[in-house]
Amino acid sequence: MRRSQRDTEESTGITTRRGLVLGALMGSVAVVLGARMRHLQVDQADQFRLLAEENRINVRLIPPARGQIFDRNGFLIAGNEQNYRVIIVRDEVEDTDKVLADLAKLIPLTPEDIAEVKEEMARRSPLLPVTVADRLSWEDISQVAVNAPSLPGITPEFGLSRLYPRREDYAHVLGYVGPVSDFDLSKIENPDPVLQIPRFQIGKSGVENKLEPMLRGKAGNKQIEVNAAGRVMRELGRNESQKGASVQLTIDTTLQNFTQARLGAESASAVIMDVTNGDLLAVGSAPSFDPNKFVRGISVPDYNELLNNKYRPLANKTVQGLYPPGSTYKMVAALAALEDGIITPRETIRCVGHTELPGRRFHCWKRGGHGRMNLKNSIKQSCDVYYYELALKVGIEKMSAMAKRLGFAESHDVPMSAVAAGIAPTKTWKQERHGQDWVIGDSLNAAIGQGFVLASPLQLAVMTARLATGNEVKPRLIKALDGEETPERGGDTLGFDPSNLKQIQEGMFAVTNEQRGTALGSRIADNDYTMAGKTGTSQVRNITADERRRGVTRNEDLPWERRDHALFVGYAPYDNPKYAVSVVVEHGGGGSRAAAPIARDLILAAQFGGVPPLSAYPASQRARIESAFKKMPLWPPGGPPPEEEQA
Amino acid sequence: MSYLEYQHRSIPTGASKMLYMNWPLVLLLTAIASVGFLMLYSVAGGNLNTWAEPQMKRFALGLFLMFSIALIPIWFLRNIAGVAYAACVLLLLGVEFFGDVRQGAQRWIDLGFMRLQPSELMKITLVMFLAAYYDWLDIKKTSRPFWVLIPLLIIALPVYLTLRQPDLGTALLLVFGGTGVMFIAGVSWWYFGVVIGGAVALVTAVFQSRGTEWQLLKDYQFRRIDTFLDPSTDPLGSGYHITQSKIALGSGGWTGRGFMQGTQSRLNFLPEKHTDFIFTTLAEEFGFVGAFSLLVLYLLVLVFCIISAITNQNRFASILTLGIALTFFLFFAVNMSMVMGLAPVVGVPLPLVSYGGSAMLVLMLAFGLVQSAHIHRPRQSG
Repeated sequence: MRRSQRDTEESTGITTRRGLVLGALMGSVAVVLGARMRHLQVDQADQFRLLAEENRINVRLIPPARGQIFDRNGFLIAGNEQNYRVIIVRDEVEDTDKVLADLAKLIPLTPEDIAEVKEEMARRSPLLPVTVADRLSWEDISQVAVNAPSLPGITPEFGLSRLYPRREDYAHVLGYVGPVSDFDLSKIENPDPVLQIPRFQIGKSGVENKLEPMLRGKAGNKQIEVNAAGRVMRELGRNESQKGASVQLTIDTTLQNFTQARLGAESASAVIMDVTNGDLLAVGSAPSFDPNKFVRGISVPDYNELLNNKYRPLANKTVQGLYPPGSTYKMVAALAALEDGIITPRETIRCVGHTELPGRRFHCWKRGGHGRMNLKNSIKQSCDVYYYELALKVGIEKMSAMAKRLGFAESHDVPMSAVAAGIAPTKTWKQERHGQDWVIGDSLNAAIGQGFVLASPLQLAVMTARLATGNEVKPRLIKALDGEETPERGGDTLGFDPSNLKQIQEGMFAVTNEQRGTALGSRIADNDYTMAGKTGTSQVRNITADERRRGVTRNEDLPWERRDHALFVGYAPYDNPKYAVSVVVEHGGGGSRAAAPIARDLILAAQFGGVPPLSAYPASQRARIESAFKKMPLWPPGGPPPEEEQA
Repeated sequence: MSYLEYQHRSIPTGASKMLYMNWPLVLLLTAIASVGFLMLYSVAGGNLNTWAEPQMKRFALGLFLMFSIALIPIWFLRNIAGVAYAACVLLLLGVEFFGDVRQGAQRWIDLGFMRLQPSELMKITLVMFLAAYYDWLDIKKTSRPFWVLIPLLIIALPVYLTLRQPDLGTALLLVFGGTGVMFIAGVSWWYFGVVIGGAVALVTAVFQSRGTEWQLLKDYQFRRIDTFLDPSTDPLGSGYHITQSKIALGSGGWTGRGFMQGTQSRLNFLPEKHTDFIFTTLAEEFGFVGAFSLLVLYLLVLVFCIISAITNQNRFASILTLGIALTFFLFFAVNMSMVMGLAPVVGVPLPLVSYGGSAMLVLMLAFGLVQSAHIHRPRQSG
């Protein structure tokens, strides 16, 4: 249409005005935009720059290598092996099922493994890696690495894993490591960040557990540039991790191996100690288990088998096992009486086979009695009546005090799990523990190491060392920490009258070397290596009057669980004591028959630094000993054990 | 002197039209598009083929389109405005029934050589049609209720259709573009005052009602509004993009981290880094200086358009030019506000810079209209 001149002018006027208003509005919006730009880019630049760096830079922990553990001669007993594993990060995976199914085509993965991984992924933060497969072969890990682009979220990794080259030998001393559990973390106040690494191995028992802070080392870290998907683009810098401190034990690998082999499949334990400095040369507990299984993740059936085994392979019997020490405790009563001056060595007591107390008769192990007994003979023949009479004179308090001086009722400072204190009973102890008054019969039982008295094989070895030296020897398990020698623990003198100590020692010598000695069969023929010792047979049940009448006291006739414990303590060489040994064979029967031969083999092995020569044994026993040694599954001295083929 | 008379005598013809083009505007557009090429090259990690090269080809096609349309007489364009609007509405209806569903909500019509997004084209044809309407309408009737209602219906139809797609960004642009044209044409201030006042009152009422017994919306609806208005309340969901975007902008500082040195875009922290969020990469790599320069370039485009419009005595031409300028402004203002966390994230590209065919061609077409208006302006012959 045509428009009039006036209209055109009016129209131009309107659009010009409105156009300028619009321009002004747009201009002001632009000012706001510019101001916002300035605010973000200039005023807040530093803050956002920081955020951008945080976005981009991801700090990852570098797990430290765990400290190695060596024996006293420098043989490796706990090391680290290279371990190839595959991890998955949920955050980077879209279809977990598919990725895991694809992965299962490359590496051995059972449906159970996959279910387990998924369960763990569901439990953990989506950003934390979860281990899918561990201990893969080089071929398998290469397969994964090559196919990594088609497996989003899957990363092949290289790590270190604990390896115990001596397997069963050190299972109880070292314990084992295992992946840190939520339960472990809940117990720690301020967990080391390194513990957040999935399946990071920490000590679960034994030395591994007790020295965890030193062995663990310090985590390093690396700063890596990541993209929004979390993929690593490049490494920007790294602080190396600090290896854990190495630890040297006082244990002698050869001796430890011999001890474990000698104990064999029995439910038994043994401690060999250097009496001059307290060094524990062998700490054997049988049966044992392969700690490597725990590191690799033990199967449920395997674990249940260990758990339900009546021989308790998981327990470190040398420190956890508490037994009535039986006759091995008689030296405590004897020394208490001697030191107190209540008896003299020549004084005799007549053993008629029992001691009569009002309402109760206490039997000697020898039914007909030993006749007249002096101190030395009472030890040699292990006369119970002599000690019943002694107990009546000395009283429980002095016996208990002596027991404590000799190292009983005390958890010794050795870094092993569940070091038990045992019991050296007193009147107040019984009152507190059982709410009952002490009766005289309790003292009688205590004098022969029965009743309330409980001791561990370690304590028996400590007692023997203290009797052999008269010094306050304390057990030492750690020889050096991070290259620094720990102080020896030979101890100062306990202040016993040397002649009293001599009486005890002579009695112990007679046990293994004189006619009628309870362990004469386990004597050492070579005079340079003679052993003094004491047998012990501790009852785990009460013999009823009925049984006594019927004569059913033969151990062989009883079920294993009700048989007596067999014990033996000894030291050698007699003239210049160097080694103390204690052996406990659970439900092994008599100490002289079941424990003393083991103790002799062990103390000879300690003196000879390996399998003892037959010349050290009485001629009549050599053939039997030789064939026994041949059957023992010993590892070559010092060298690494033959690699076992894993199925 | 009649309208037709001076038109014919003073309007340049043939190739000489090229001389009368608004050349500074052409230069500005090329400059802005070049910024786009540079940034697309950068976000592709130094790769030309990924985005930059296709974008250059499109711009070349766009320039050709602009020049072609510039040569078409403005009155012809005015006469076909209604047809163009109707065609666009039909196309919108077309995607409603025959369109491909791509990328979730986006709907396109495949033309073979490119996919046309009719809603993009609608932004221009709506402005064109409204300009034609006001050119036709007696100026005195402009503010009468009936004659105000008609353009409102013209706006409402495509807005409804785009909302159905759903494409909130385009719908908003259509509403603001359309009402903007009404404002330019001279519809009384009162209408705008009442509508704006009413809207403010309604929003205030809705928010004031929160927590009282006469609450107007359900709680979950409020929560949705909250996250829409302030994405930072949902930092891992919808807030993630905007947070990362702000980090990218902020870390640029005064002069930026350098070309191809932006960690945020390099490491894929930025969403849609080649399309809607390309401004963040520019800001990260060239800092405040770079980002502000682009803003200035955009403003210069507006300035040239406004000057061209207010010096043009043809009512259709000046309304059209201002309407297109407004649409262009809405594009970059909404996009920049969005990436700077001033506005909710609605899918609006950065004009001429973001990667994308439809928007680029439609904008160039729009500037073709502006050029045509500029060339074919009424001139007093000497």
